[in-house]
Amino acid sequence: MKATILLFASARETVGAPSLTVELDENSTVGGLRSALARACPALIPLLPFLRIAIDSEYARNDQQIIPHDAELAVIPPVSGGSSLEIPAPP
Amino acid sequence: MIEITPDRIDATPIIESVRTPLAGAVCSFLGTVREITGETRTIGLEYEAYPVMAAKKLAELEAEARSRWPILEAALVHRVGRLDPGEISVVVAVSCPHRQEAFEACRWLIDTLKEVVPIWKKDVEDVASFVDLPPGT
Repeated sequence: MKATILLFASARETVGAPSLTVELDENSTVGGLRSALARACPALIPLLPFLRIAIDSEYARNDQQIIPHDAELAVIPPVSGGSSLEIPAPP
Repeated sequence: MIEITPDRIDATPIIESVRTPLAGAVCSFLGTVREITGETRTIGLEYEAYPVMAAKKLAELEAEARSRWPILEAALVHRVGRLDPGEISVVVAVSCPHRQEAFEACRWLIDTLKEVVPIWKKDVEDVASFVDLPPGT
């Protein structure tokens, strides 16, 4: 199935668009979505460890299945808590 | 009161909105755009939100705070868009019967807001500093 993911802040700037459409397996998990994002836009790979995924405005775990199919998916970079949009160095 | 607004924030009516005769304490926090950080000058900040999720998370924060402290009224207001140094980016205001719980609730709300609410900020680029560079640099 095709899924459109909303992008914000550093993720939007990296991709250069406010959303990205990727191909997902029928029973894809959030982890699968991360892999699909990496394939669709390799420039996102360094950011991926810092990005959270939201399904219908709730933070999702990596093993969570992406159901229902019409869910609103979003990439959530680290929020503003005193830092900027700059990408943090890997731990 | 929960609000995400592109308009300039006036803190006074927000703080007034949580006052009630049942309260013995009103605690408020204002986040403002800091111009100088170390040797870096900020000419402005651009705030971006995921509006639907941000509003939902703000409402959840208020509900969670109400379950932890005897909050009478609460207000969470965040600005988005371009802000100049000194302008207010966020207001948290709570009223409680006593000051200790008001301080604790206000502190928890702003700290948690900054961790979980999908609002991002970015330094506005100082275009003038590029223009002012002499040729060849």
